[in-house]
Amino acid sequence: MYPFTFTKVSDTREALNAGRRGGRYIAGGTTLVDLMRETVERPESLVDISDLPLREVTVTERGGLRIGALVRMAEAAAHTKVRTTYPVVSEALELSASAQLRNMATIGGNIMQRTRCTYFRDVTAACNKREPGSGCAAREGYNRTHAILGTSDACVATHPSDAAVAFAALEATVNLMGPDGERSLPFADFLLRPGSTPDREQALRRGELITSVEIPAHPRPLKSGYLKVRDRQSYEFALTSAAVALHIRGGVIREAKIATGGVGTVPWKLPTVEQHLVGERPSARLWAQAAERAADGARPLAHNRFKIALLKRTVERQLRTVGGTK
Amino acid sequence: MSTELTESDVPSPTGPASAPSRRTFIATTTAVGGIAVAGGLVAGPPPLGVEEAAAAEATPSGRVSLTVNGKRHTITVDNRTSLLDLLREHLGLTGSKKGCNAGACGACTVLVDGRRVNSCLTLAVRLEGAEVTTVEGLAPGGEDGELHPLQAAFVEQDAFQCGYCTPGQIMSGVGCIQEGHTGSAEEIREWMSGNICRCGCYVKIVRAVEQTARGK
Amino acid sequence: MSPQPQAAVGAPLSRVDGRLKVTGRATYAADHDIKGAVHAVVVDSTIARGRVTGIDTRAALALPGVLKVISHLNAPRLAYRDDPNLNNPPGRRLRVFQDDKVLFHGQPVAVVVATALETAQHAASLVKIGYDAQSPSTDMSGSDRTNEPATYARGDADGAIGSAAVRLEMAYRTARNHHNAMEPQATVARWDGDRLTLWDKTQWVLGTQNELASVFGLPPESVRVISPFVGGGFGTGVRTWPNVTVAALAAREVGRPVKLVLTRKQLYFAVGYRPVYEYGVRLGSDRRGRLTAMTHDVRAETSTYEDFTEAILVAGRMLYSMPHVSQTYRRVPLDVNTPTWMRGPGYANASFAIESALDELAHEIGVDPIELRRRNEPDDDESSGLPFSTRRLRDCYTTGAREFGWHRRNPKPRSTRDGDWLIGTGMATGVYDVLRSPAQARVRLDADGTALIESGTSDMGPGTYTSMTQVAADALGLTMRNVTFRLGDSRMPPTPPHGGSQTMGTVGSAVQDGCDTVRRQAIRLAVEDRESPLYGVDPDGIVVRAGRLHVKDNPVRGETYQRLLARNERTHLETLGSFQPGESRFSMYAYSATFAEVAVDASLGLVRVRRMLGVCDAGRIISPKLADSQALGGMVGGIGTALLEHTVTDHRDGRIVNANLADYLVPVNADIPDLRAIFIDGEDLEAAPIGVKGLGEVVHIGVAPAIANAVFHATGRRVRELPITAEALL
Repeated sequence: MYPFTFTKVSDTREALNAGRRGGRYIAGGTTLVDLMRETVERPESLVDISDLPLREVTVTERGGLRIGALVRMAEAAAHTKVRTTYPVVSEALELSASAQLRNMATIGGNIMQRTRCTYFRDVTAACNKREPGSGCAAREGYNRTHAILGTSDACVATHPSDAAVAFAALEATVNLMGPDGERSLPFADFLLRPGSTPDREQALRRGELITSVEIPAHPRPLKSGYLKVRDRQSYEFALTSAAVALHIRGGVIREAKIATGGVGTVPWKLPTVEQHLVGERPSARLWAQAAERAADGARPLAHNRFKIALLKRTVERQLRTVGGTK
Repeated sequence: MSTELTESDVPSPTGPASAPSRRTFIATTTAVGGIAVAGGLVAGPPPLGVEEAAAAEATPSGRVSLTVNGKRHTITVDNRTSLLDLLREHLGLTGSKKGCNAGACGACTVLVDGRRVNSCLTLAVRLEGAEVTTVEGLAPGGEDGELHPLQAAFVEQDAFQCGYCTPGQIMSGVGCIQEGHTGSAEEIREWMSGNICRCGCYVKIVRAVEQTARGK
Repeated sequence: MSPQPQAAVGAPLSRVDGRLKVTGRATYAADHDIKGAVHAVVVDSTIARGRVTGIDTRAALALPGVLKVISHLNAPRLAYRDDPNLNNPPGRRLRVFQDDKVLFHGQPVAVVVATALETAQHAASLVKIGYDAQSPSTDMSGSDRTNEPATYARGDADGAIGSAAVRLEMAYRTARNHHNAMEPQATVARWDGDRLTLWDKTQWVLGTQNELASVFGLPPESVRVISPFVGGGFGTGVRTWPNVTVAALAAREVGRPVKLVLTRKQLYFAVGYRPVYEYGVRLGSDRRGRLTAMTHDVRAETSTYEDFTEAILVAGRMLYSMPHVSQTYRRVPLDVNTPTWMRGPGYANASFAIESALDELAHEIGVDPIELRRRNEPDDDESSGLPFSTRRLRDCYTTGAREFGWHRRNPKPRSTRDGDWLIGTGMATGVYDVLRSPAQARVRLDADGTALIESGTSDMGPGTYTSMTQVAADALGLTMRNVTFRLGDSRMPPTPPHGGSQTMGTVGSAVQDGCDTVRRQAIRLAVEDRESPLYGVDPDGIVVRAGRLHVKDNPVRGETYQRLLARNERTHLETLGSFQPGESRFSMYAYSATFAEVAVDASLGLVRVRRMLGVCDAGRIISPKLADSQALGGMVGGIGTALLEHTVTDHRDGRIVNANLADYLVPVNADIPDLRAIFIDGEDLEAAPIGVKGLGEVVHIGVAPAIANAVFHATGRRVRELPITAEALL
């Protein structure tokens, strides 16, 4: 680990000042410390923001939910409001990592989580994300866990977060505070596809701080849930996952919100599948037909071709689980 | 380090035994702290060798006061030092183990302010004012006194073989019980999955946690 | 067998070192606090084949606290004596920092020593190595080179298969596996003049002592190895790896004790692993499933510098009855580090092929898999002509089938469903050699009525401390708490490696021998002592219970060890117990039958083990509570092999791409259902004087094929490659 200076800030202004000077924010630290030890991350200055007042879960005026950036994963998952209104978020969180890590990691940190691509994590391998212009060792290397959607010539790494998949499905926004004030970004705009600049992962400006993730109000009743498919039954990243939320009234699907994980360079929203469902009545056939579109545009690599079929079945299964089969 | 949420906002998904509240933790540590007070609070010069201290000064370091197993330590640490390395290399507490040093095995699990965490991913310099409990501080009676019920259950159920992951399993189990994730064997399995046991003692680890949770 | 009453042996006792382990006071290698110790971190090669052309240490040495960077450029030449007592494979072992050659990715090319751990780690990342890299060969499937094959044949297998009524031909493959014991390899090395002390993670203190003595050109008695606790081994600590030499060399170069703990990542190339196997099977049988012939064409990876072999062929020669067998075992030398033994070495891989093949035959001819095995049960060992010492495999089948509920099984594949899950059951047989090597134990009975037994063995988890205490307590007639068993110091009497399931049989027999001798010394002292109430009694009629010698049929007549020794002014009685195996006229193996029920979600490619039963014929069970843990642990390891474990090499440059515990998957708690083990009663006195055959391997062997067979039964899909992952099932 490279040496770094350390400051703990007690209020937001102090944090932003430190951030503007190039300080790197640390909250739970579960990704950052791990990557610093691998020398993938080499911040010269760490700014501990864990004392900032960003730890509340609140119901917004419009009936949505705002989760403070420093709410720990365990706390967010267990929160009554989260659990009852958006089970998909609770489930995604509780299917992540381990109880210990969920006690440390925060919501803000979780959506900032960096890829598990083995070549990214190994400083002796070529990686455009870690070292722009060095190449991508994964593309022709071992890429079983890599992305099939949203990839570019420069990068095929997946975004590892489960919670981010749920947030993407629910069309959350990310609230930010920076030296130039506050702003909000739709989740879909917050995490960036790699394109030719895979080193740039979020639409964050220098010194900007995530203050909360806000889930908009969705029409009630909303059924939702998260399915995570992996080799091991716990403590593993997803091979594929699906976050599904359905608003069904009068036997007709009025709203469908679906995103998938483990397959995309960012949490992968499935608007085509959503559109296929809206206005239809739930049936096994509908789920299968809709899910057939889940992997549209997929570009598999040597070792992850199986993810195409697996993704479709994951979506189909989760549609059935959430929407039932009549 | 505690949450701003009020207690009523933090329900348990499984029953009345709530997520670890600050209150219950303080109740646990006061007793341990009492013993430490009797023995005199430990503070002052860090237990570093002269050379180490010199090297530490040359790299960015910080001074931090934290309580470990009821004992207060004020110590200058290299900013890079993990809680795990602080415990093992500087405080002589080698009960917490390094299995992967990457948060992928759980052997280093300790309680920080009542919550189970991976001490390998916890920077020591961030722990100003924190209360840390390691496996050495779990038994209320000290080294030769009565074991914590979960420690006793591990022995009784033979919930370990080589013993290397055991301190982490036990600290994680204490956390799991406090959190109330012990409603069924299946629930315990899931909530104890952050602790790898390569000898494969999971069946008995679950029994030990279950037995202790029931006896609570 | 001892004439002593059995009290401790066979009782379900808790571990004697349990309290130390649950309070964090058991001291593993890196836990030893050696005054003045500094930290070493190894720099690994980032190429798999070629030469080191330059090492730039300036940035590392510029850091305050860095004491030295050692590489082949400045390391002293080391003796690297050849020593017939070592257990290194044939070849030329890796000689650290002796030349510029790179033989595999991750080879140690330098070591940094610093006063603080953080400094050493950082400095190691600043050492820049220049290479002249060549394209490596690390993919066994793509290599035609092989070392001199090992072969075996009886009869005419090809001819018999050609004329068989039923013929099958299959190709199986098992992945490279890493032990991944929770404790990484760790050493604290200290020199006192020319004497070296090592606190080390090892399954064989004697082996590490001899290896380091030979590397440094020292007499063995100048090297002391201390290893009281071992955080899991599974074979990784049977051989001494270069990291121990690096620690000792670093300590000598800086003149300070050095602590060197390998990182988890380094454990994927700094120590050995279970090699990849390709295992081709052809078999012939009659319509009723009576085997006539089997051929085994085996390929395994090894390094370019050592020819690692293991007992991959044995099971194929003796497990089932058939007149014709032909075997070939080829090792493919690659630019990788040398493999080593891992739990159930050889046998576990062979069992996947053979037991899957038997299951395929059973399905092919419509015979129940257990019945098929019964029909091929041999009367004696057809590879040696020797009778079996004990072989209770039929009992394993019967008991297992009954307890597992095998009769409820619908033999038709894909016939049972539970929601999205296809349910299947499968079984497989396990077999493992009884290894027998000389062992010794020093036994001392003190005048206070307590005993101390010492033996240079190890306890990586099975419970050596406890089981040996049990054996000693009964043989001496003492209670458990009056017996102390110590191990893990090369100054103690020699033993074989703590591996291959041989510790209980060999060391246990030595302990019993020594304790029997001391007890008899005491009895003789008593019967020849006019002042003893036992004076003149027939020694064979005296037993000892709870420290008191008495006439077997008249407990009132007797006295305690304390009184006897005090009166005779003896501070203690002492002897060196030993086990010295002779030539045996028997074929000796431990056996098991494993039964598994799996649920397969064929749509999502998921396999979940729902329950498992292992039935073992391991001879006498000394410590049933601990044996049960060991058996369940063997199943857990087998679940990993079957469904999860797979070390992945990037063949472009030879790097291991999943060298961490988040990507190399071992089972976690949620993967493991309720497991059950049953031991078939019965001792084997040919195998060992204490009647045990060995347990640690045979409880693991057969687990993976039982799961694979259950997956076939659930889905109708035969997967011939481990691990069985989603790709194979979708």
